[in-house]
Amino acid sequence: MVTSGTAVVTLPSETQIQITREFVAPKHLVYRAWTTPELIERWWSGKRGEVIVADVDLRVGGSWRYLMTANEGYEVGFHGEFREIVPNERIVNTEIYDTGPGAEEAQGLEPAVITTTFTEVGGRTLLTQTTECHRAEVRDMILESGMEAGMQESMDRLEQVAGSLA
Amino acid sequence: MARAATTTDAFNAVAEPRRRAILEVLASGERPVNDLVSALALAQPQVSKHLRVLREVGLVEVRSDGRRRMYRVNGRSLKPIHDWVRTFEKTWTQRFERLDTVLEELKEEEGDGIDGD
Repeated sequence: MVTSGTAVVTLPSETQIQITREFVAPKHLVYRAWTTPELIERWWSGKRGEVIVADVDLRVGGSWRYLMTANEGYEVGFHGEFREIVPNERIVNTEIYDTGPGAEEAQGLEPAVITTTFTEVGGRTLLTQTTECHRAEVRDMILESGMEAGMQESMDRLEQVAGSLA
Repeated sequence: MARAATTTDAFNAVAEPRRRAILEVLASGERPVNDLVSALALAQPQVSKHLRVLREVGLVEVRSDGRRRMYRVNGRSLKPIHDWVRTFEKTWTQRFERLDTVLEELKEEEGDGIDGD
């Protein structure tokens, strides 16, 4: 199996999260895997569950929704709208955390805006995803939701963190 | 449980933008309070108040240097926050590993036609 390294997460400002990762594939394939529901179903849940909804209406103004069952038995879901689409190059979309622990707190907040770019160099593709959360509290909530989807072993600590953000 | 409580406090402490700014200045090295006052353009009582909160949760330590009090970041206490980001990173790393597998299949499908699309 080809492994291109780990995702690198940085916090460029107090309201942003940036994820970068290189893939050993041309960008049109990375873009296809990123935007095609049957393919999203195969990777988006990572190691922690199964994707049960991957709806993608890939056009400006179109909506998307992802929902997964976490192995622990609860569901984690996000939805949003596409604002900008440059095929194989760039996607800008909104994101709202709508299902899962702490999701109620996210309702009514301004949606995060995610810019994803696909840059090909020598047959490899660098994916850069920047999430603008508008407020530091929202960013922290998103980081927290990543943990919810990711780590049962951190649940005890997470409850403390969630409590501190409430 | 004491450890969890400390974690919570550290998260609360860095939720305040000016406290994060203080940590950023101190990240470059130990400083007296006057340096923080000028670097952040805040009044001294405000800086002192934030430093007190940061010290209470262990994010910042202080020592006396003659008549001055020198403040520095306690890297160990930032670890829970560092771990938090690393955990988020792990979630994405696991997603991307599955995406690698999908991409290998897409490349094989295309391979027959040599540079398909």
